[in-house]
Amino acid sequence: MVANSLLKVSGLRASAEDKEILRGVDLEIGEGETHVLMGPNGAGKSTLAGSLMGDPRYTILDGTAEFRGENLLEKSVSERAGAGLFLSFQNPVEVPGISLENFIRTALEQGKGEKVRPWVFHREVKDTLATLGLDETYGERDLNVGFSGGEKKKAEILQMLLLKPSLAILDETDSGLDVDAVRTVSRGVEEFRKNEKASLLIITHNAAILSALKVDRVHVLVGGRIVKEGGPELIEEIGRNGFSRFEENEG
Amino acid sequence: MTDEKTQVQDVDRAFYDFRDEERDSCRIDGLTGEIVEQISGEKGDPDWMREFRLKCLEIFNRTEMPDWGPSIEGLDMDHIATYVRPSAQRMNTRWEDVPEDIRNTFDRLGIPKAERASLAGVGAQYDSELVYHNIREDVARTGVVYTDLESALHGEYGEMIRTHFMKLVPPTDHKFAALHGAVWSGGSFVYVPAGVKVEIPLQSYFRLNAAGAGQFEHTLIIVEEGASLHFIEGCSAPKYNVANLHAGCVELYVGRNATLRYSTIENWSRNMYNLNTKRALVEEGGKVEWISGSFGSHVSYLYPMSILNGRGARSEFTGVTFAGKGQNLDTGCKVVHSAPETSSYVNTRSISKDGGVSTFRSAVVVNPKAENSKSAVSCQSLMVDDISRSDTIPAMDVQTSRADIGHEARIGRISDEAVFYLMSRGVSEEEARALIVSGFAENVSKELPLEYAVEMNNLIRIEMKGAIG
Repeated sequence: MVANSLLKVSGLRASAEDKEILRGVDLEIGEGETHVLMGPNGAGKSTLAGSLMGDPRYTILDGTAEFRGENLLEKSVSERAGAGLFLSFQNPVEVPGISLENFIRTALEQGKGEKVRPWVFHREVKDTLATLGLDETYGERDLNVGFSGGEKKKAEILQMLLLKPSLAILDETDSGLDVDAVRTVSRGVEEFRKNEKASLLIITHNAAILSALKVDRVHVLVGGRIVKEGGPELIEEIGRNGFSRFEENEG
Repeated sequence: MTDEKTQVQDVDRAFYDFRDEERDSCRIDGLTGEIVEQISGEKGDPDWMREFRLKCLEIFNRTEMPDWGPSIEGLDMDHIATYVRPSAQRMNTRWEDVPEDIRNTFDRLGIPKAERASLAGVGAQYDSELVYHNIREDVARTGVVYTDLESALHGEYGEMIRTHFMKLVPPTDHKFAALHGAVWSGGSFVYVPAGVKVEIPLQSYFRLNAAGAGQFEHTLIIVEEGASLHFIEGCSAPKYNVANLHAGCVELYVGRNATLRYSTIENWSRNMYNLNTKRALVEEGGKVEWISGSFGSHVSYLYPMSILNGRGARSEFTGVTFAGKGQNLDTGCKVVHSAPETSSYVNTRSISKDGGVSTFRSAVVVNPKAENSKSAVSCQSLMVDDISRSDTIPAMDVQTSRADIGHEARIGRISDEAVFYLMSRGVSEEEARALIVSGFAENVSKELPLEYAVEMNNLIRIEMKGAIG
């Protein structure tokens, strides 16, 4: 169905703390596409994102996930990142002792297995910060330490732009942010989309972040299953009517 | 999905574990009056020192072993060499004059390189004797003295040493202080005259090479009124199958409004009993700063003590202890507030891994006359796995109601969440854990000069990564 398939999830079932959350998810994302995942609270959106990245809190019960034709579920978390998968965290942890810039550089070097020249990289960080409208000193601060909620989200977007994954999953990166921060995140997403081959899976409640983007496909997740798929018109419909229609179907 | 965990393996200490052939020209085993006389003779002690040694031996013989803390049963005093003189004939002030095998040892540890890079002076002790001592000319010209204690004993500072030597740490303090007094050898004497600020650090490096030997160096530092100094101490030894003992002693005299920073990166081998005693006396308005990194040894008892003796005297203690497989490290500090408006600040991190035991032990005493004094103690522990142990034993004895005393302790583990987050950006599990542990120990590394911070982070990486490759 999808040309140049990048991610293909089939019949994925996963549990958290012995409770089954994903009950057979099918999802396919092609190269260069922007997908949106919507669903009510507790539907399993974050579980899906975390399971794909390899979050140890989730146990895979059944199903497959292929990334560029390779079995994603067999890979370690860092191998998944090295293969080109990225997940932006809702609440990233604070790690003192390493600056944001040095961390991204270390991650790039280890993920791709190649040396990154610090000076060249420093210039790229500076440019990217400018694109996002962020202060130059941002990269020198310890990774997420003392960052406000908004700053953490912006730092996640900065990492996405510098790590250049082929598929970035944004897990409610826009939630709980003020207008200004939402604008920064949107700008980052637009910048990311400039690479025609890069794909996005955006998990959101908020249509605002999507308005400037060309969305290819929308998936509605309810009760651990994709219950509806469609074009961007679905976003508007959900904006008007919520998820009740899908939940009734599910019941 | 994989739930395979990268095994964090035992430590590759090969870097420190090289040993030289023992070519000591004099080695004395055991402990009797005759032996103490022999050591004293070998060193050409003045009479008072010879008598002092014998008195210490007597105290040693009648003092009980400590009945608290980690077990030291593996320590067989009858088979510890109390004195090993390396083949170096005398103390050298030119690096080229140090015998080649000893020079190679320190070269491998990067000592002369560090001296060229960023130090005002260096002392290097090999087994029981200092083999090298040097101080930059411009620093010496300001009147700063940095020499081995034996030479100083016979020179113009002899009387000063007599009035300060083991006055802060009396031989009656505990059994190993008495032992130290009886058989001490080597170590440094530093004197900073009033008002002189030594801008770059002095360093000493202790290396114990002989098997089954004891190292008993004595460090005596006097910083006069308004002066300041940063002194760095490094220690290492190769691993042997017999126990080694380190019972050194550090005495620091910090004058009025003077500042002394004393940094230690200790990486003794895993068969060392590190029973070291360190103490500072701080006068009015003075300040002592202890920076302490404990990585090595089989068993450590280490609690640097600050006596705040004058109004407004201050003490800061910043420490990190890393206990790996087979290690039981009991570390912490003591502070005695003996004057009004004194303040102490203690900030420590302990890390335990592979069944290692790390205990933080502190004692803060506030005397009745120490009104309006402040003390804040914060200790945090990190257990890297489920088989390691971490304990916190903070004691407070506050004898005045007019004091502000605070204590905070936290014990935690490396969260899976944090490891997952770092790995999701492409770093390996090993690297992720090492990053978290380095970050946890940052309180100490950020206080060290850059190259020592790098050294400490390398040590953490060695500890975290294990013997792969």
